[in-house]
Amino acid sequence: MPCTVSMTVNGKAVSREVEERTLLVTFLRDQLGLTGTHVGCDTSQCGACVVHIDGRSVKSCTMLAAQADGAAVTTIEGLAAADGTLHPMQAAFREHHGLQCGFCTPGMVMSAVDLVTANPSLSEHDVREGLEGNICRCTGYHNIVKAVMAGAEAMQGGTMKAAAE
Amino acid sequence: MANPTGIGASVRRREDARFLTGRGTYTDDINRPGQTHAVFVRSPYAHARITGIDAAEAMQAPGVIAVLTGADMEADKVGSLPCGWQIHSKDGSPMKEPPHFPIARDRARYVGDAVAVVIAETREQAKDAAELVMVDYEELPAAVTSLKALEGGAPLVHDDVGGNLCFDWHLGDAAAVDAAFAQAAHVAKLDLVNQRLVPNAMEPRAALGEYDRATGEHTLTTTSQNPHVIRLLMGAFVLGIPEHKLRVVAPDVGGGFGSKIFHYGEEAVVTWAAKKVGRPVKWTAERSESFLTDAHGRDHVSHAELAMDRDGNFLALRVATIANMGAYLSTFAPSIPTYLYATLLAGQYKTPAIYAEVKAVFTNTVPVDAYRGAGRPEACYLIERLVEVAAAETGIDKAELRRRNFVPASAMPYQTPVALQYDTGDFAKNLDIALPLVDYDGFAARKAESARRGKLRGIGFATYIEACGIAPSNVAGALGARAGLYESAEVRFHPTGSVTVFTGSHSHGQGHETTFAQLVSERFGVPIENVEIVHGDTSKIPFGMGTYGSRSLAVGGSAIVKAMDKVERKAKKIAAHMLEAAEADIEVKDGRFVVAGTDKALTIGDIALQAYVPHNFPLDELEPGLDEQAFYDPKNFTYPNGCHVCEVEIDPDTGVVQVVNFAAVDDFGRVINPLIVEGQVHGGLVQGIGQALYENCVYDEDSGQLITGSYMDYCMPRADDVPSFTVRYHEDQPCTHNPLGVKGCGEAGTIGASAAVMNAVVHALSEYGVTHLDMPATPERVWQAIRRHTPAQAAE
Repeated sequence: MPCTVSMTVNGKAVSREVEERTLLVTFLRDQLGLTGTHVGCDTSQCGACVVHIDGRSVKSCTMLAAQADGAAVTTIEGLAAADGTLHPMQAAFREHHGLQCGFCTPGMVMSAVDLVTANPSLSEHDVREGLEGNICRCTGYHNIVKAVMAGAEAMQGGTMKAAAE
Repeated sequence: MANPTGIGASVRRREDARFLTGRGTYTDDINRPGQTHAVFVRSPYAHARITGIDAAEAMQAPGVIAVLTGADMEADKVGSLPCGWQIHSKDGSPMKEPPHFPIARDRARYVGDAVAVVIAETREQAKDAAELVMVDYEELPAAVTSLKALEGGAPLVHDDVGGNLCFDWHLGDAAAVDAAFAQAAHVAKLDLVNQRLVPNAMEPRAALGEYDRATGEHTLTTTSQNPHVIRLLMGAFVLGIPEHKLRVVAPDVGGGFGSKIFHYGEEAVVTWAAKKVGRPVKWTAERSESFLTDAHGRDHVSHAELAMDRDGNFLALRVATIANMGAYLSTFAPSIPTYLYATLLAGQYKTPAIYAEVKAVFTNTVPVDAYRGAGRPEACYLIERLVEVAAAETGIDKAELRRRNFVPASAMPYQTPVALQYDTGDFAKNLDIALPLVDYDGFAARKAESARRGKLRGIGFATYIEACGIAPSNVAGALGARAGLYESAEVRFHPTGSVTVFTGSHSHGQGHETTFAQLVSERFGVPIENVEIVHGDTSKIPFGMGTYGSRSLAVGGSAIVKAMDKVERKAKKIAAHMLEAAEADIEVKDGRFVVAGTDKALTIGDIALQAYVPHNFPLDELEPGLDEQAFYDPKNFTYPNGCHVCEVEIDPDTGVVQVVNFAAVDDFGRVINPLIVEGQVHGGLVQGIGQALYENCVYDEDSGQLITGSYMDYCMPRADDVPSFTVRYHEDQPCTHNPLGVKGCGEAGTIGASAAVMNAVVHALSEYGVTHLDMPATPERVWQAIRRHTPAQAAE
């Protein structure tokens, strides 16, 4: 049975008819063409599909599109400023080489932003524990952790430390 | 630094801008008008005869366009997936090479073997209909582990492969080894398992087939590490499409680690089906499907013996390995446990005699092929575990025992007893840097401190050498390669001075778009933003071999250098013409073309413009344009090497192993982008630590069901499982035979880490009398090992 879902995605109101079983991630990717949100597994383990629902991080493969009815959804495409300026966390990932193939990156960045929002004074240990729901196969996490620490500082208006040359 | 975007600069990656904003384009992100979706019906049995397929009900399901089977492919004369490497057994007979059809025809040989494909309007409809395809199976007994498959009376995976033995190969001098063992003062022995792993690139494999009736051109967009090789194999062997009518595109690819080198049946199926149904056909694996169908890695069972004299000098090494091939031969499978494994058994040591035997076995499991390091991690793990056992048994300090047996830098180039000739390397230097880095001398105090907290502590070494950039083509060919192993590049200057570089290498996370552009920026003084790197599309790039085995920079980068050499030669001619000087007087300084001894100079931009606007060219002497292509076939492998040291702490009550310190000292030759190189090392280390502590691909030994079939069951390392790393590299041993002096860094971490971690774990457990533990050292295994043994001395 199709149903109609309406939500705000990256600041824009959208309304679509979907099959009831449509997952939020499928809705974002296939119906809205927001392919930055990735599907890396089918057991909600990898975190490549993390988006923000009303400001909190959610694995978009764990909920139906219909469950997000009325919500404000932010995907990786909506994280940078309207003029294209990268969000401090995005900039920190670039500066600290916190990504390689880039596939887990959107979910990693969305998780990191929520992590820092919830706890602005993170230790390295907090970052590692906080990213437990996101798998990266490329970076070994070393630079992701560095990036999140630097991004946390930048999100509070600090300046980003340049990575050692 | 002279050039902020040149060689040696940690240039921030240019590709990140799109990846960080969700604008990367991975295969599954691409959708075509009229696109249909393919879902495969896969065997639930490890081994079964297919006695009938009834698709009538599935065909009636909503949205279904077609259900196609192996019989349909047979009717269309679709061939089997070819193997790219041939090995001969000891007796000279060629390996057994049973056909591997994209969709099984009469028998399924592993859980997940494709038996039909459903094509429907949506993915969900195809999934629903796949459930309705009625396949009649007659279940057969399965041969699941390599050891059991070799036993007499084991079920045969292929009826015409007796004993399931694909080949029985050897390398080295058995007689010399026997003689050395007869003289030995001490022999260290070890039985070990290098467990099967799942590569698990985060992007699941996907393939999109298209057919244009107007032009007769097929296009396959696929998650591949080497699109030209896929085109060659599919064109020449599987579908018989002439290469000029077959385009293969690998856009952004979300990691590969080897698992995306190979030509997979799904690629052939969507390409074939797109023409058959007259619409684009897309398939994207679900993760659980990836577990069942991506080529797995490792899976060796080995016995090894090291003979030593009274002073701990290595006299000879004897190795017998059984390698699991899975149900079919994947594209490069036979080369992994042979020429990429046994040839590395010399390691960093001057062991005079080595003999290795390798039996490759078919089983009813997913095919096994190259996974990050491919053969070399297996070799490193075996030698370095054995050396650690030898150190423990002889009482010689493990760092000292290694140092005593290293091939000295002064002996380079060094011919090993197992075919390779190392060109450079200073192994003692790696160790010299590593020891203070980990405060080796302070270990005893740290161990005592751990003991006070009730914890066990161990430190382990791994020294490794790897052979990267398989080469040269004629040698690879003599060893059984059915392809050349060169790389191609085209450097095309545009009239206004910007540059497009076309490379046969393929980036799936390694940052080629940045590193390769740095080469051009350095050479011609062009700002990096004016250099575009194009890869991954057979309709654009020259014929290339793709990326694997840490070959991109050493081979692909060298091809770019060769093309730049040609550009420079041409540019000198044009400069000489423009400056009215003799060609011999033109020098290149800081990217400018200068008349020697004068201040007359041109930038490459000035020259490029003239090249394309040749109004006053002497056209009988000088061709217009500034666009050159080169193919580079290396003279030898490159030999990155290093020393990795790991320190672990173990909680004896829970068996939990924590990596508390990890240092990697590597010699990668010359380093183009330190930031990217260090990132590669970090990632490699975690894959190696993953094998040592967490990852294990487990089949039920009777039924052949894959038990670790998702991330719920297969333990992938996560951020809180691993530490931050100390990594160092030195550049004073550049590769001697490629123009960049580079060696390769992509696999190093994975090769060294598993052995370093396991050596540390066994060291920590040695006070309980533990001398060996197979990977992964899970809490349960460690806990069991502790419970099985009594402390050799009362731990406080």
